[in-house]
Amino acid sequence: MNASTGHGASVRIENCGKTFADGTRALEPATLDIESGETLVLLGPSGCGKTTMLRIIAGLEAPDAGGRVLFDDRDVTRLPIERRNVGMVFQSYALFPNMSVAENIGYGLKIRGVAMAERDKRVAELVALTNITGLENRRIDQLSGGQRQRVALARAVAIRPSILLLDEPLTALDAALRERLRGELNRLLRALGITAIYVTHDQAEAMELGDRIVVMRKGAIVQIGSPREIYFAPQSRFVAEFIGAANIIEGAVEDGHLVLTGGRQPVGGQPSLSTAIAMIRPETIAVVDAADATLSGMIDSVSFIGDRQRLIVSGASAKPITVDAPNTLQTRVGERIGLRIAPEAVRLLPPEN
Amino acid sequence: MRDRLIFAGQLLFTLLVAAFLVVPAGLSMAAGVTENYFRGIRSGLTLRWVVQVWELYADTIGLSFLIAFATLAVTLTAGVPAAYALYVRGGRLARVIEEIITLPLAIPGLAIALALLLTYGGLSNFRRSWLFILVGHVVFTMPFMVRSVLAIFATLDIKTLDEGAASLGASPWRRFREVIVPNAVPGILAGSLMVVTLSLGEFNLTWMLHTPLTKTLPIGLADSYASMRLEVASAYTLIFFVMIIPLLVAMQMFADRETAR
Repeated sequence: MNASTGHGASVRIENCGKTFADGTRALEPATLDIESGETLVLLGPSGCGKTTMLRIIAGLEAPDAGGRVLFDDRDVTRLPIERRNVGMVFQSYALFPNMSVAENIGYGLKIRGVAMAERDKRVAELVALTNITGLENRRIDQLSGGQRQRVALARAVAIRPSILLLDEPLTALDAALRERLRGELNRLLRALGITAIYVTHDQAEAMELGDRIVVMRKGAIVQIGSPREIYFAPQSRFVAEFIGAANIIEGAVEDGHLVLTGGRQPVGGQPSLSTAIAMIRPETIAVVDAADATLSGMIDSVSFIGDRQRLIVSGASAKPITVDAPNTLQTRVGERIGLRIAPEAVRLLPPEN
Repeated sequence: MRDRLIFAGQLLFTLLVAAFLVVPAGLSMAAGVTENYFRGIRSGLTLRWVVQVWELYADTIGLSFLIAFATLAVTLTAGVPAAYALYVRGGRLARVIEEIITLPLAIPGLAIALALLLTYGGLSNFRRSWLFILVGHVVFTMPFMVRSVLAIFATLDIKTLDEGAASLGASPWRRFREVIVPNAVPGILAGSLMVVTLSLGEFNLTWMLHTPLTKTLPIGLADSYASMRLEVASAYTLIFFVMIIPLLVAMQMFADRETAR
């Protein structure tokens, strides 16, 4: 691809914490390695420290004493953002209203002293790459939200940054557009092969875009893993509930079974504790005849969603269980059904402290 | 019918209020071109008083414009970068400094003048020059410049624009020149308009700081009211109007055009 970047640098942040002047701790000291060419997503609810971590990597915030940021093993902790050669896409896009679309995209090249002809060529490449042909001479206030997002991305990539930083770039858009741009962004990031760090609170974005996801909460990293690991093997109740839908069930453990109000549910592995907290994803539960299952309950409600239907089943455990059933299944409220769950679909979570 | 009556009543009231304000101004300007004010317009029209004022006070008009534009130059070169630094840095220190800059709004001009006299009155060359008045005007008008620029920074989210430019490799000076200032033009113009008009009309401070050789237009005006014929003082007012109104209109039009762009 001719719009390729120089190369993707690897990033290491070492012991980076952030305490603001008023004493609030935005980020607990964290250490994290990001491989060259990898797309890493920082995911968490607002106030979890993900944006602070991104800003430390960008050079917009300095970490507390003792923290270090390294790009390709080179210490950049003391370099301001303008000397780090990073591309950044801001949530509000930060496009310059006093410049046209083409001038915005070419600004970083102008700063770098790239000759006019070369600059125009590069701008044309990026305009084509981000599907904004025909908008080159528009002013920023003449663009829609989605167009602004593309210009912001083109501008950040134009300088061939060694790292691309994206701070909730799709949050300001409506749902349908967000989904479409998410797909485009994903293809673009793969095509560029650039190291990208992507901040979001949207788990669907994190799943689709991330090679790895870092789940954060209250200024600390709670789990790092591939989207599949995070989804299927959450290590805490917070991660289980934050990513996708999850049933969290508590019960006593008796020779490899969870003892619940609506029956017994076999559990994989050898649980050593006498009680356990388990996570079961709604789509791993099969609806069967009540007589054929060790666990049964009563249908409380049925929501038809289109590609599936969501049942709320009570009486199986202390709390109602959510089940995603095929959209063709005939069900009615009040019906008694059996729930069949494979032992390996029951994920035991560590006890809460 | 009833609607028309209400409308007529409102129109009449508006016209009365307008007349209350406009008539004195009109009378004053008319007096400036009347042969003898006490005998009224019947005594004949003349430009004699205007010529006399021009001969006596032309230098005060020149000095007023010199000081006004020098004040503008200082508030622009110091105030705009200061506002940028205050806004982008943020934090408690920035807020304290902003308050200090704003303080002259709350302190009577006479008190500021007194403080300047007490502190720098001994430097006689400085005391005698128009630069002394300039210092007073800068202290007095700086908050207006800084505030209007800060206001536009806030509406534009200039901090994010600054970070955006920085992420593309621009140095602070380049960001200021190529991104911050061009986008803050409407606020800078609004501030400039206020600085120039406030400086041209400033009396309190200037009255304390002036010397017989450094009189500005409002000081000359007060002087002529106190010691000249009413017609002379009125002619002076007329000149003031004629000079300042076109300037204000021109600056306002320029500001509107920039804002609309």
